[in-house]
Amino acid sequence: MSTTAEPERRDVLVCIKRTPAVGARIALTDDGLAIDTRHLGFTMGPHEECAVEEAVRIAESHRAAGGTARVTVLTVGPPDAAEQLRYAISMGADEGVLVEVPTEELDPEPTAASILAGLRSAPDTRYDLLLFGTDSAVAGNAQAGIRVACALGLPMVAGVKGIRFDDSGLELRRGTPAGIEIYRVPLPAAVGVKEGINVPRYPAVTGRMRARKAPLRTVPGEPAAGGLRTVALRRPREDRPETVVLGSGAAAAPAVVDVLAELGVV
Amino acid sequence: MLLVLIDTEADGTPGPGTGDVLAVAHATGLAVEVVTTGAVPDGLAVRRVHRLRHDLLTDHAPEALGEALVQLLAAVHPAGLLAAATERGDEVLAQTAARAGLPLATRCLALCPGEPWSLTRVRSGGVLLEDAELTAPVVLATVAPGAAASGSASAPAASASASEAPAPAPDVVEFVPELDPVLARTRVVERVPRAEGVSLATAPVVVSGGRGVGSADGYAVLEELAALLGGAVGCSRVATNNGWRSHSDQVGLTGTQIAPDLYIACGISGATQHWVGCMNARTILAINIDAEAPMVTRATYAVLGDLHEVLPAVIEEIRARSGTVDRPDPVPVGVADR
Repeated sequence: MSTTAEPERRDVLVCIKRTPAVGARIALTDDGLAIDTRHLGFTMGPHEECAVEEAVRIAESHRAAGGTARVTVLTVGPPDAAEQLRYAISMGADEGVLVEVPTEELDPEPTAASILAGLRSAPDTRYDLLLFGTDSAVAGNAQAGIRVACALGLPMVAGVKGIRFDDSGLELRRGTPAGIEIYRVPLPAAVGVKEGINVPRYPAVTGRMRARKAPLRTVPGEPAAGGLRTVALRRPREDRPETVVLGSGAAAAPAVVDVLAELGVV
Repeated sequence: MLLVLIDTEADGTPGPGTGDVLAVAHATGLAVEVVTTGAVPDGLAVRRVHRLRHDLLTDHAPEALGEALVQLLAAVHPAGLLAAATERGDEVLAQTAARAGLPLATRCLALCPGEPWSLTRVRSGGVLLEDAELTAPVVLATVAPGAAASGSASAPAASASASEAPAPAPDVVEFVPELDPVLARTRVVERVPRAEGVSLATAPVVVSGGRGVGSADGYAVLEELAALLGGAVGCSRVATNNGWRSHSDQVGLTGTQIAPDLYIACGISGATQHWVGCMNARTILAINIDAEAPMVTRATYAVLGDLHEVLPAVIEEIRARSGTVDRPDPVPVGVADR
């Protein structure tokens, strides 16, 4: 597609996080320190799933243009987080790195330190692009990616809903209430991806087969605590009165419009 | 002394979340000073404003601003630096934290000075709260929207609002950071203004649809009701993932978190992902075939039934009562002239 001289090889790293797939109501452990996950499945955050999809699309289009490309997916977590790495591989990532720490929920500073430890474990690999979710699904600390980029001296823009390679590097688009902001950053770069950049694919059966057998590299993390320590999680008090049922089906319309009139919207 | 970073809109007004971050800062009991790269908004109840001056800071530039703030921290030695937990605020303070090697607590509702500082922050969009301790030589935190009203900001001593008698104009102190020109790499180079129309983020009424809508075409009836009510159309993540609606319409944790006067949730079950996007609506009307759906049990009002039967009847009822069949409609989606 591109007529300019493309580099022959493109290496993309995507950092993802294992996170509980919570339903409508979140149960906490008895000590109040974590979400009770005994009855929950796990997933990766929606922003991160979009980051994996974006990386796979970048690799696919680069290969289609005659180049070679590789997508590495990395997570910091317990051994069970291999499940999320394999899911990313089933979507089309090429290899996985598990930076092992004893807990699912690490503070942002040790998370960044562990990602950096994972990168140091393969010192010969040079990534053109590091993708993160703009923030994680449950903790929402919104900083691990920026800490990693900063430690590596890379430019980073978060909240990105559009990535395009051009002659000088990347064009990044970010939505704001006033419109779209455009950034142009040189490579290598780091990007915090936001959901909406794409619609992630559902892995094909062949992808799932491949992911089951794909080797994962495991390296030790650096879980030493940072300056932010969780004391307890709790649910905010909900003072919602009982729902007023206005009726069923089309017959409820007059009651609905009464309410709309009362609220002053009609 | 606590520094508060204020984002200024292009027209000079304080950016979103300014009231919340000032309220939480004042509630700590510490003296509050403001830092800004733009105009100094009127009526700030603070004694000093630090204005950052640099060519790299004339538009949003997360790396340059993060670095400038590190230098300001070293120059004025505050106890901490707060910003609004907007996408920008979180990003800039993360840049500051990373460059200064400091911890950062994002999305806080309340902060209490001490050794260590204690704080409460929002998790999962607000369905969970986290009590945490922050040990740092300089406290960095962003303040969640709605913090001032949450009650968690214990007794705001003095809010930034006009409750005080006219505040004396603050001293404005210029600070010129030394910035490496390379930091220009992450700066806004171009803007595309948002298309005209009612914005989801600020619409007083939002008519939103989920799985129950069934198709992209199914939203025509939601568009019609939204136009009648002067509102915007929203959707759940299911709708975005099915390609029925653009992600910019998505209400929820990974979409837009909104607080309209009225939220009409049509065929939306109300999983946490979605609920946190609409739970701050003043009134919620749920239309759903499932009486046990979390959206129904948490709504103010509910109608049990298929939205494709209920909404046309509601639209007809509104038209009948207003007695206007010839009212010009600004959004002519599926509106038949009769």
